[in-house]
Amino acid sequence: MKLRIAQLLVLGLLVLFWYVMTKPGLVPPFYFDKDNRAAFFFGEPQKVFWVVVDWFLSGEIFPHLGITLLETALGFAIGAASGLGIGLWLALSPTASAIMDPYIKGFNSMPRVVLAPIFAVWFGLGIWSKVALGVTLVFFVVFFNVYQGVREVSPNLIANARMLGASKRQLLRSIYLPSAMSWVFASLHNAVGLAFVGAVVGEYLGSSMGVGYLILQAEGTFDINTVFAGILVLTACALALDSLVGTVERRLMTWQPKAGQTEKV
Amino acid sequence: MTPKEGPALALADITCRFAARDATSEPYTAVANTTLNIARGEFVSVVGPTGCGKSTLLNVAAGLLEPSTGTVEVFGERLLSAHGVNRRAGYMFQADALMPWRTGIDNVIAGLEFRGVPRAEALAQGEAWLRRVGLAGFGDRYPHQMSGGMRKRLALAQTLILSPDILLMDEPFSALDVQTRQLMENELLALWAEDRKSVLFITHDLEEAIALSDRVVVLSAGPGTRPIGDFKVDLPRPRDVSEIRMTPAFLDLHREIWAAMKEEVLKAYQRQKAV
Ligand SMILES: Nc1ncnc2c1ncn2[C@@H]1O[C@H](COP(=O)(O)OP(=O)(O)OP(=O)(O)O)[C@@H](O)[C@H]1O
Ligand SMILES: [Mg+2]
Repeated sequence: MKLRIAQLLVLGLLVLFWYVMTKPGLVPPFYFDKDNRAAFFFGEPQKVFWVVVDWFLSGEIFPHLGITLLETALGFAIGAASGLGIGLWLALSPTASAIMDPYIKGFNSMPRVVLAPIFAVWFGLGIWSKVALGVTLVFFVVFFNVYQGVREVSPNLIANARMLGASKRQLLRSIYLPSAMSWVFASLHNAVGLAFVGAVVGEYLGSSMGVGYLILQAEGTFDINTVFAGILVLTACALALDSLVGTVERRLMTWQPKAGQTEKV
Repeated sequence: MTPKEGPALALADITCRFAARDATSEPYTAVANTTLNIARGEFVSVVGPTGCGKSTLLNVAAGLLEPSTGTVEVFGERLLSAHGVNRRAGYMFQADALMPWRTGIDNVIAGLEFRGVPRAEALAQGEAWLRRVGLAGFGDRYPHQMSGGMRKRLALAQTLILSPDILLMDEPFSALDVQTRQLMENELLALWAEDRKSVLFITHDLEEAIALSDRVVVLSAGPGTRPIGDFKVDLPRPRDVSEIRMTPAFLDLHREIWAAMKEEVLKAYQRQKAV
């Protein structure tokens, strides 16, 4: 509880600092030569706030937010599912992984955001080019974690399950998958953020809908307050999605020991 | 099941060589030319200094490790790695091998689940086994919420619930305190007396070996471990492990086997110190 108050205090101080520094005429200009320049470059918190409120009250934001969230969700789901599947497959098949190894390394070290214009050409300016970008970003994070997770399964556990009579399929289901799960969830937290990056960067580069598009338009008219409002909305959504993953994780990973798990009396 | 001739477990001329970690050093021969037979219904203990290759030998018997040379026969049938592990055997590992994401009861019934036993029936059997190993009421705890001794008992139930014809046990009680240990040893003997499974029991505790078994096999220090002594234990059954330790016959046997073992233990100790 005390922690929460301290956290809110930090937020309050930041906003206050922002307000004081950008309010025209409040402090004499010391860097810019005109009074309203700071507000021009950095926006003003109260105006940003009203832009957000106005968006939600008028309902103007919903179609855009819906599109962005849809792109994010699709990119996340497709990327995570394929990363999980292919990660499992390669980790359990040494030959396939030996063959694919250089290609995977290559694709992973490539700055994949550069693919965005190509995807725009291939998939058009609709949602699919953004989904494709999100998938390429998400896939590798999940893939590498699953791969690593399966590799790290204790040989003892596998031997024990085999002695208890587990078939190949049962080994996969009751040893490899649950054992890789903690790695998967660690990667999913990153993956949500990356799916968002894919969607917004894609919208930046060419679109007619989405929060990224809103931001882009506002930039075109030097409407910094709207740009900040867009960033704020995106951040809130990313946080919400991340906590959703966290909730699912807690639900599924009850077996994990938590540090210092004694109850206070 | 067609009754076939031959002992429950026959290890013939087993040699295990482990590849060296780098190209310059020699491969390490853990076990060399070891022959070991376990008759049906026999309780055999293997003792030997630490690091001599006891677990290695057990892994070979389980079919988890293919020996460099030599053959394994289970009830007269060759054990081939292509056909998977030794299906007649249950194996209690030296290290913790419980599934951390399963509760106690789900760990115990894992083997039944793999065999396709309906869950309700498996649960009923699992609860019965939890009671037998003294864990009644702890079925819904995860392994990390249990003590080391409880986890060992859980592993015991997990193995025994399948009623394997051969029991392979790798220092199952070494993590327990003396009292619990003697309780578990008596419990094991009682369970064993019910249907006389063939047991290959590994320990580095000579007293435990004598108190439990029909035969004690002593291994030499590594590398190139092989049996250097095979002692029959003619103590009457049923036994109580804490009482039998006081009998003169037990003490005589202990003196005899220890004389054979002492040198090897010292050798192993010297070698490990030298490295
Ligand atoms: N996979 C492996 N690769 C290389 N060397 C191994 C491997 N497994 C075991 N060894 C070596 O073989 C020897 C025997 O190991 P093993 O685990 O069988 O000993 P142990 O008799 O069970 O010892 P302890 O009583 O301490 O459990 C050891 O020196 C060990 O270093
Ligand atoms: Mg061992």
